[in-house]
Formats: sequence, C-alpha cells, structure tokens
Amino acid sequence: MDPNSFNKINDYLWEIPQKGEMRVPGRIFASEKLMQEMDEKVREQVTNVAMLPGIQIASMAMPDAHWGYGFPIGGVAAFDPDEGGIISMGGVGFDISCGVRTMKTGLTREVVMPRLQRLADQFYTGVPAGVGSEGLIKLSPTQLDEMLEGGAAWAVKKGYGTKDDLEYIEEHGRVDGAEPDFVSETAKKRQYREMGTLGSGNHYLEVQVVADIYDEQAALAMGLRKNDVVISVHCGSRGLGHQIGTDYLKSLAYTLQKYKITIKDRELACAPINSPEGQKYFGAMSAGINCALANRQIITHLVREIFTRVFPEGHIKMLYDTSHNTCKVETHVVHGQKKRLFVHRKGATRSFGPGQIDLPQEYRHIGQPVLIGGTMGTSSYILVGTEEGMNLAFGSACHGAGRAMSRTQAKKKWHGRDVVRELEEQGVMVRGHSYSGIAEEAPESYKDVTEVVDASHHANLARKVARVKPMACVKG
Amino acid sequence: MHYETFDHESDIGIRGFGGTIAEAFENVAVALYSVMVNVHRVRPKERRIVKVSAPDRELLLVEWLNALLSQSDIERMVFSKFEVKINDTSLIGTAWGEMLDRERHQPHVEVKGATYHMLSVQERDNVYVAQCVVDV
Repeated sequence: MDPNSFNKINDYLWEIPQKGEMRVPGRIFASEKLMQEMDEKVREQVTNVAMLPGIQIASMAMPDAHWGYGFPIGGVAAFDPDEGGIISMGGVGFDISCGVRTMKTGLTREVVMPRLQRLADQFYTGVPAGVGSEGLIKLSPTQLDEMLEGGAAWAVKKGYGTKDDLEYIEEHGRVDGAEPDFVSETAKKRQYREMGTLGSGNHYLEVQVVADIYDEQAALAMGLRKNDVVISVHCGSRGLGHQIGTDYLKSLAYTLQKYKITIKDRELACAPINSPEGQKYFGAMSAGINCALANRQIITHLVREIFTRVFPEGHIKMLYDTSHNTCKVETHVVHGQKKRLFVHRKGATRSFGPGQIDLPQEYRHIGQPVLIGGTMGTSSYILVGTEEGMNLAFGSACHGAGRAMSRTQAKKKWHGRDVVRELEEQGVMVRGHSYSGIAEEAPESYKDVTEVVDASHHANLARKVARVKPMACVKG
Repeated sequence: MHYETFDHESDIGIRGFGGTIAEAFENVAVALYSVMVNVHRVRPKERRIVKVSAPDRELLLVEWLNALLSQSDIERMVFSKFEVKINDTSLIGTAWGEMLDRERHQPHVEVKGATYHMLSVQERDNVYVAQCVVDV
C-alpha cells in the first residue's frame, strides 16, 4: 500500500479517515516499510469492518496485518452490545483461540545441549502432531462438555498439570460464557480423539534459548535470564474449533437479513451481540476458547513429563499463555467512559498493560507477557503490554510474522529435506511429520518477524522484553 | 487433470471441472484431498454417504466440502473417489476412501474449512467450474 494515501498520525500509525458508510476511522499500526509491503486488501478489509454496527473508536490492524477471511488477519475491533454492536465469526477465524504458550525449564543452554537430541526425539514421538493425529486421551460426551465449560482448569482437575499453571493463562485458563449446547454434535465428534494434539501447518513445539534481553526489569519479573532454555507451543482448538467456525459462518450468514445488517463481504457474516444468534455464537466460540486452553494444558502435561524424564533436574514452570483468535468481553475506556465491550482479535494478541487484575501478581506491575511466535528456525519474541496500548488498541498487539510466499511457491522452491538440513547447519534440530509440510513452512516463506515486533514496540502496543532462538522444533 | 489447486495468500484454492455441476463437485473434492495428502495413493476401499443442502449452488459446494472434512476428521479417513447427485438445493454424495495411513498417504497439511472466498460455480464453454479457497 502507498503510505502517502493514508493520514499519517505518527511514524507507526496510519489512518483511513471516516467516510461514507464507515462508522469509525480505520487505523493501521505499522512502520512505513511494513505499510509499503502490506497487501492492498488490508485497507479494504479494515474499511469494511469500520462499517459494522456498534464498532467503537476505530477498526484497527496490527503491524503483521494481511488479507484474511472477512476481517484481516491482525484485525482488532471492539463492539458495544448496547449500541447494536455485533459479533462476527470473521473477526475470530477458524482456529478459535489458537495461541502460544511458553514454559520455563529452569535450565540453561549448556545443560540442555548434550541431551537436546533425545529431548527432540521424545517430543516428536510423545506429543501427537500432524494430519490425522490422535490424542492419548479419549473423551466421552459428558467429559467433552465438561472440558468445554472448564478449559485448562478442567484439564488440571483431571491431573494434567498443576493449579499454579492456571495463574499464567489469560482468564486463569477458563473463559466464562461457554455453552456446550451451542456446539454442534459434528464439532464435538471431531474432538473426542483430538485432545492434546498439536495439529499441522504453522503449529509447533519448540525448545528455545533466550538470546537477548531488552528489558531487564520485566525479564526479571518473568524469571528470564539470557541463555535460559524455554519451551513454546503454538496450537489451537483443533477440529472442534474449525467446525464451530464452519457452522457459524453459515448460520450467521443466514440471519443477516433478519437484523437488516448489510455487509461488504460474505465472510463478515455477523449478528447483534444481543440477539439469540449472536449469543449462540458467543457461547459456542467461548467453548472453543476453553477447548484450545485445555488442549494446550494437556500438551503442557506431556511436555512436562517428557522433559523431566530427560532432565530430572529441570522444573517446568509456566511463563504465560496467550491466544490470538478470540472475541472476549472486556472493560475499556471509550471517550472517558468505562464500557463493557466485545473485543475481536483475529491474528492479534491480547496485550494488557500494568495493573490489570487478570494478570498474575508478579506480572501486575510490568504488564501482560505477549508471546510472538516466529517461524520455524527464526526468532520468537516476548513482549509486555503497555498502558498506552490499552488506550491505543484495546490492549492488543501483533501475533506473528505472516506469510510472504504462498505454500505452493514455497513447495516449488524448497524440498523439506533441504530445509531440515539447512536448519540443522544453523543449529536448529527439526523433527517433522511431513517433509512437504516443512517445505511449506520454510523460514524464508515468511516475513521477518523482527520487523513486525519492532513496529509493535515503537507503536507502543507492547514493549520488547526478550528474543528467543529455536534449538529444536517439532512440526505437525 | 480435471482438478487443480491455486495459490491464494497464505491459503490454497481448489478447483474442479466437469461436464455437469455434479461432476465439477466430484472433481473439486479430489482437489480438496490433494491439498491434504497424496490423493493418488488413497485406495477407494470404503464408502461413505454425505447429504447436504443449501439455498444456492455456491453455498452447496461449501457444504459438500465441509461435510467431507468433518467426516474425514471424525473417522480419520481420506477419500479419493466421489459421486455426486444434485437435486436443486440438495446434494447426495458418495465418497470412497480408506483410513489415513501416515506412511503411504504422505500427509501435507490439515484443511480447517472450505470458505466463501473466491467461491463460484460457473459454466464456461460447456464446462462447469467449481471453486473456493480453503483455510489451512
């Protein structure tokens, strides 16, 4: 996009003025370089979202924004139910509550290195991943409903992890408002055998080392030091979440006429929050969030078991768990007034500033850890939410790198085996369930995550705390 | 080749061709599975029947593909051969395939859902073309 065609508010904020059917302006947080590289469709999609009923302040896009279904990926929009505000499946995405969880190991690179290969091999065989993988746990229909209501807290009750883990998850590992009855039988059937699985595509399990610290104070509060080894998981709500997306994309599209909502794109299908259809989607989507949180909790349990088997001297402790495909009920200040809003973040991470009660005690003075996954073999970042970010973007930041090249192009350009060899040469051990999947995920097929993180930092959405580098990566 | 895939942003588009709409729907289903696995290696051993309906033929295509995806996920099956009968706004489809074999089928990537994006069912020079983008 041509940055000159926007109103430049500052070096990291570009505005699409409110005009025509737009109810609010559009705002894109990005550097000039990212703006130039950004897909023209982001402008169109941000504009379309700005036209939706009940939208507050602005239709926003994070620095890693790119084209998505309906809302752009990297889209953030908040709606007020008392002003006819809507809820949209297009503002959440198919992989509900997909997110990143990072765990500390209590060990340094030097200690882990000699046993890294064993660890990677055991993660590869012990954590189910890839197309058609099955979890080690099979749920009954009753258990599945309990899981949808209880999230990670349910998993802990079942013995997967500790109570302490829950403190370090958004909303303590369980969102309110989940309604298993609004989740279709098909969605449930897809999940009975999928708990505790990573999935495929860009999902991963990584052993990482803290390479740089940018903010000593925040790093100290998170218990991070240079050379520490951490483990990160990127995955979501699996078949159940995908099916909820599919089911409600359809049912919301069919109810548009009833509420006389006009949309510019079929995938913006939505319903008023205060309508039976809107409530149903919210209940099902919240159940999807709990499913993703339970899924990452079970994986944490598997990771902990495997890790302590290989490193009996280690101790897995949660750093934090962030979701980046959600709609959540939050209180924000709009024009000086506190309001209860439905905040859609699609490919955007919640990034709460200091003082928020949802944060664990030891993070409350620094803000929420924001976990930004890199691509296989590239750096990931840990940031922290800011006070400014609360006002600028409802406490939201970027979520990752975003693709620079299509999957087909990547597959034509690289062979999975070569990608694995090159990464090994760079000191990253790769264990994958599919060579073609690995080729599609080759590091060069993604944009530079550093650029996106730096823009989030300079835009004051979140502050950089640490950079972590992969040592071993297990791909689905 | 009566089907193909095409690039779309971070996802993949699938397209099927046929002398009738039903045939185009059959071929676009092959395209769907070619995204997930090496479809040529999927033996049509078992049969599953899928019934869907929708207000128009575009939405019917999405319903058909999503019903197959759900079936695959629930039963851990992949399909390679299809037969579709369309009656106005309802469809009965038969899919032949087998249990997913992670060695033989060389899985690539899961498909999360068929979307409304670039969704169309059209006739060009007596050939029906059915297509949409799938989220991977």
